[in-house]
Amino acid sequence: MIAFENVAYSYGGGELLSGVDLTLQPGSFHFLTGPSGAGKSTLLKLCYGELLSTKGRVVLFDRDIRGVGRDGLARMRRRVGVVQQDCQFLDHLSVAANVTLPLSVTGREGDPQDLSDLLGWVGLTHLAGARPPQLSGGERQRAALARAVITSPDVMLADEPTGNLDWEMSLRLLTLLVELNRMGKTILIATHDMNLIRAAKTQVAARVLRIKGGRVELAGAEL
Amino acid sequence: MSGLGTALRDLVRPDPGADRLVPPTGMGSWLTVFTAGVMAFLAVFALALSLASGRLADRWADALARTSTIRISAEGAQVAAQTEAVLALLATTPGVASARALSETEERALLVPWFGSDLPLEDLPIPQLIEVTEEGSGYDAEGLRLRLEAEAPGAVLDDHARWRQPLAEAASRLRFLGWGALLLILATTGAIITLAANASLSANESILKVLRQIGAQDAYIARAFVRRFTLRTLGGAATGVVCGLIAVWILPSGDTTGGFLTGLGFSGSSWLLPWLLPVLCAIVAFVATRAAAFRKLAEMT
Repeated sequence: MIAFENVAYSYGGGELLSGVDLTLQPGSFHFLTGPSGAGKSTLLKLCYGELLSTKGRVVLFDRDIRGVGRDGLARMRRRVGVVQQDCQFLDHLSVAANVTLPLSVTGREGDPQDLSDLLGWVGLTHLAGARPPQLSGGERQRAALARAVITSPDVMLADEPTGNLDWEMSLRLLTLLVELNRMGKTILIATHDMNLIRAAKTQVAARVLRIKGGRVELAGAEL
Repeated sequence: MSGLGTALRDLVRPDPGADRLVPPTGMGSWLTVFTAGVMAFLAVFALALSLASGRLADRWADALARTSTIRISAEGAQVAAQTEAVLALLATTPGVASARALSETEERALLVPWFGSDLPLEDLPIPQLIEVTEEGSGYDAEGLRLRLEAEAPGAVLDDHARWRQPLAEAASRLRFLGWGALLLILATTGAIITLAANASLSANESILKVLRQIGAQDAYIARAFVRRFTLRTLGGAATGVVCGLIAVWILPSGDTTGGFLTGLGFSGSSWLLPWLLPVLCAIVAFVATRAAAFRKLAEMT
């Protein structure tokens, strides 16, 4: 589904990631951990081509991201749902319109009942007509999750999705992601919340990857 | 070409999904409408200037190219004798279609605008004028001058070439100046709309990022901006043209004594020409915004 082959990424100041080899099989569930600034967000952005590696190859859906062009990359991104810690929305549109945006850009119209079910699933039915600036941090995260899954993507990438949530809401979001994984979706969650990882391991066969010294390694049994 | 064709089709076919992507407010919207309106207003005058110059050049050319004047200055009865001689001479000159001596009333009418009707013109030594109309490739001016010198010493041929040429050139240059001004106005419109589009794209960069992330293609993202800026420009320019046409329409109407300024306007079907300006402005806006949008999206990659 996603493969990194000897991938490196450097900002102006030096190499953040180097020699990263990684394969995410279809239907797998992975956590990505590491200290702040280790490169978790960067690795996620490399997965869907928001950033391009400075060395090596990133393969998404069996195609090298670097060779597909901007329109090809856009088509590939439709199969990837992304939830970021700092979720961005189109603030002049309602929550419902923002959630259905991925359908609009492909010329599709969502089924109102499906939308209603989806908003109910993330607990935002009562806020369907609200504008994003009116939402709390947790509500924004759930709205972003709804937007990410509305096209039923093959891969879900989440960057600190519970960063703005209390524990109860974090567990609820985790349950939603686990449900998606059970539907066959590939999940990769970047987090430093060890409690969340432990909670997930009770529900799903999740593997934990850790970024250390710019490289990605499989975390040990201490988790 | 197919991309451009699709973009043009998208322009005329509304897509509520794409159209709502860009927030409906902002300075850029007013700037675009205002600029398009003002530029179209000015363009109407530039167009009117061009057309008026063209008409003037044609009128002068038509009126002067085929005619010339012979002026006879002599003492008393000599005037009538020399006039007779010149008319006889002209009747046998190849290239002369007709020749006639202007009557006293006609000569007086020529002088009244300069001296007024109260001046006792009959007491002034006014030369006799003979109007010559050419035919075919015209007459041999040098040959005619030599013959006049021999048969009517007081006759002087004025074939209008001396002042016709500079006038025709001036009118022609004025016409090109008008077209040049029109091009500059369109170029300025394009530049200002590019600035406004760039400002709008930068102000909405977070929207572009969201759209990119959820899989929108560049053409889809650009469409929202292109359509909005093009339609705003079209509307602004149409308003500017209406105002410009009203302003031209209320200018004093042309007459023979009013000269160039009162001839500044449109006539007949040329009143329809200014309506091409909103279309031209819209094309400029379409190209400028599309280029700006794709450039911005390429920079974000």
